[in-house]
Amino acid sequence: MNPQASLILKLAAFVALACVPLTGESFYVEMIAKMLVMAIFAMSLDLLVGFTGLVSLGHAAYFGIAAYAAALLSPKYEAANLWVVFPAAVGLSALAAFVIGLFVLRTKGIYFIMVTLAFAQMAYFVFHDTPVGGGSDGIYLNVKPSAAIGGWEPFDLSNADHQYYFILAILLLVYLFLWRVLQSPFGRVLVGIKSNEHRMQSMGYFTFRYKLGAFTLAGALGGVAGFLYAVLFGFVTPELLSWHESGNVLLMVILGGMGNLVGAVVGAFAFEGMRGVFEGWTSHWQLLMGGVIVAVVLFLPGGLSSLPGRLRRALQGDEAK
Amino acid sequence: MDFATFLIQTLNALQYGLLLFLVASGLTLVFGIMGIINLAHGSFYMIGAYLAFVLTSATGSLVLAIVLGIPLALLFGAFLEWALFSHLYKRDHLEQVLLTYGLILVFEELRSLLVGNDVHGVAIPAFLDASIRLTEVMSYPVYRLAISVVCIVLAVALYFVIQRTRLGMMIRAGNDDRTMVEALGININMIYRVVFALGVALAALAGMLAAPISSVFPNMGGQVLIISFVIVVIGGIGSVWGALVAALIVGFADTFGKVLLPEIAGMVVYLVMAVVLLWRPEGILKKG
Repeated sequence: MNPQASLILKLAAFVALACVPLTGESFYVEMIAKMLVMAIFAMSLDLLVGFTGLVSLGHAAYFGIAAYAAALLSPKYEAANLWVVFPAAVGLSALAAFVIGLFVLRTKGIYFIMVTLAFAQMAYFVFHDTPVGGGSDGIYLNVKPSAAIGGWEPFDLSNADHQYYFILAILLLVYLFLWRVLQSPFGRVLVGIKSNEHRMQSMGYFTFRYKLGAFTLAGALGGVAGFLYAVLFGFVTPELLSWHESGNVLLMVILGGMGNLVGAVVGAFAFEGMRGVFEGWTSHWQLLMGGVIVAVVLFLPGGLSSLPGRLRRALQGDEAK
Repeated sequence: MDFATFLIQTLNALQYGLLLFLVASGLTLVFGIMGIINLAHGSFYMIGAYLAFVLTSATGSLVLAIVLGIPLALLFGAFLEWALFSHLYKRDHLEQVLLTYGLILVFEELRSLLVGNDVHGVAIPAFLDASIRLTEVMSYPVYRLAISVVCIVLAVALYFVIQRTRLGMMIRAGNDDRTMVEALGININMIYRVVFALGVALAALAGMLAAPISSVFPNMGGQVLIISFVIVVIGGIGSVWGALVAALIVGFADTFGKVLLPEIAGMVVYLVMAVVLLWRPEGILKKG
């Protein structure tokens, strides 16, 4: 696809998303808002998996930590200040990612996958077993944060449409931010680490610092998604940190095709959409979901975003693979 | 802590650690030899426990259930290797993670469809349903001792097979250099299938043995999987003896953590792992 067509397609998709609240169907507004949150989450993981080559199976920890921070930092019966709790929650996720990164980045390959999972599980037990966040029952975020600056309130998060546009704006900001980061020398080094870490080291880059930077940044952006999730649903449970969530977000990244920010968004929409459809059919929807995952790995190793290319080749009768 | 309590907890730690070893040894062999990260390994433990429940209900005897269950698990493992895992050897870890994650969802839902979501108990065989008196008020169940004994026998058998037989020689060689093994004319695919089936059977056996103690319940595999990962990380990938040492460390850390530090009991095992990672990132028994 040439760059102009790609840009037009992205703009069209964005305009379509911006039009969702105009339908007035509150069910769909909330459903798509959730997809947007998951899309931010998937983009944050894609920075690690798709661009730096670090397969983390514990990314839900940073999502969950910020979600808990949102609920715990808010007063019980009044609104917190959005401009305070949002950065604080994201900062806590970044801090957790930084500390955990110091440990897990000492390992590589299979070890890295297992160790990220184990640390995420540790974070899960902190919230599941201790009374910090209401134990296994979780905790409510009763009143959504207020966006007031002084006496002026630019938008109101308890209004579903305002909340939707806020999430959409954050998605756009995160996308543009990551796009810019990947153009920067820092982003170039990350991509270099993915293709050949030894070569980057021999060129004089201290790759550990770059990986730690990427891990922390991904944790912070995962926290952005987690915070928005807590605001959107007003309810946080330890299950947000469970390894099923880590597996699901990894799946979104892969479904969309790794190393492609738009792909991560498409993957999140595809995953949540599939879940919605399957749940409508049967309570045993995970059987279908699992079957789809197995089939995608066996028969479609490049994700959904490789489908157009495959179709084109098939139509042209091109046997070259 | 008085002596009797200490003794009981030590026996519990030993039994838990040895049971975890059965699960982790298969996981580490599959990692080491086939280079495959298998998230579905915990599901084999779950499947074993449910097999024990279903077969014990049908036959009326746990021993008979285990005798019937092990060949079923071996066949199931060989089938999975043939149908799915054999396609993963050349793929990267990410795709292995995905496929095996998908398998967990499939196995859990099939379990839910076939047996339901209730918690079930499994009866301890009558001849082991007794306890040894330690003091006036405390006693220790014979069944837990029996589990430990079975696990020790299996660990010794595993040692014998891997160190003293021709098959074990091929497995060890495959662990070091699979291309070389193939060049020597050994059918490495057959070895892969045997190792994978063996891993499935060991995990399933652990589930069957544990069923009367822990009862059988949904998602029981997930917890065991993650603890097994910790064991493999601590012990070093591919090292069966590392897995044994690490499983015992984890067994003791978890059991005594629950007694001495109940507030943070869920985290003790992971803290141990973090310390080992700082000390030796490749695990305590990793070669080279």
